[in-house]
Amino acid sequence: MEIVIYIAFSLIMLGLILGVVRFVKGPTAADRAVALDTMSIIATAAFALMALVFERFIYIDVALIYAVLGFIGMIVIARYLEGAL
Amino acid sequence: MQSPSFSIGKFLYNWLLMFVVWFGFTSSLAPEELLTGVLVSFIVSLMTIGIFRCCSLDIFLPQKLFYIFKYIFVFIVALFKSNLDVARRVLSPSLPINPGIVEFDTKLTNEFAKMVLANSITLTPGTLSIDLVDNRFYIHWIDVQSEDPEEAHRLIAKNFEDILLKIFK
Amino acid sequence: MYIGYGLVLLGSIFLFLGSLGIYRMPDVYNRLQAGTKATTLGAMSLILGVGFIEPEWLIKTLFIVIFIAIANPLSSHALARAAYRANLTPFMKKKMDAYKSEFHQEKKED
Repeated sequence: MEIVIYIAFSLIMLGLILGVVRFVKGPTAADRAVALDTMSIIATAAFALMALVFERFIYIDVALIYAVLGFIGMIVIARYLEGAL
Repeated sequence: MQSPSFSIGKFLYNWLLMFVVWFGFTSSLAPEELLTGVLVSFIVSLMTIGIFRCCSLDIFLPQKLFYIFKYIFVFIVALFKSNLDVARRVLSPSLPINPGIVEFDTKLTNEFAKMVLANSITLTPGTLSIDLVDNRFYIHWIDVQSEDPEEAHRLIAKNFEDILLKIFK
Repeated sequence: MYIGYGLVLLGSIFLFLGSLGIYRMPDVYNRLQAGTKATTLGAMSLILGVGFIEPEWLIKTLFIVIFIAIANPLSSHALARAAYRANLTPFMKKKMDAYKSEFHQEKKED
């Protein structure tokens, strides 16, 4: 079953690389915000997978807090782009 | 803003919700944790009763519970369909898209129900809710099949809205 | 146990497809479409899979899954609205923009 973890981590890594490419290229600020949103969710999933690999329950807490902070940060960025901040 | 109508059912529902969240965060059955949770969730629900006023205790009536489970089932089926749809569009070399923005009116009156409907629309195949002004949804549709509001309403939101109308009278 | 590993694999495939969508789609709104749907189901099934593999973590992973299911569409909705208000016109093959009239009407009132 190790092989599933390896495949999952490589797919997540490829996804993060594509996200970074869009973050660097993205013609407007909104494109970059979308890329950042996707990357933060992928990172949340990666933390949960790391908890499984290292057998540490505390990483699940890290994933939870990262999900909450990513959501709040994205709302703030959206308000800023809207011009209401 | 409507005035916060304080009712004991809403408060009890809020308290229960807060306690479930506490239990999920600590995920331990030790008695001192549970006792602290009861106290903290009482205080927090007292402070937030003006914000969280979506539902009351009558959400636990059997027929409403039935419709809630039915909603969750319909939602998960739609989520899988929409992911297969995204996979098909992303993986095909020619990117088969025909995007546009359509509008329609909803019959829902409850604010919380509107939020649930908007979230469900975002996660169903090919649609993304952009804005909600009073009762009117503005939807970005990746493959526009009809510009007519009635027809768009039937294609996008009908089966979700029917169940939500039964839950939130 | 095996269900958990299957969910982890399915989730990582959908996460990858979501970022591929972010990379390939032509404008902000279509990117949000692909990004939101695929990453939501991907993250949900991956985290739930971790919960199935280690059953004593199941409650907290369920909480993360519920939170993602609620919060992810909300943030994408906020981003779509912000993008429209930042005057990014959507990419369209045929003109079909019902939001435009409403948007200009709102702007005059400001």
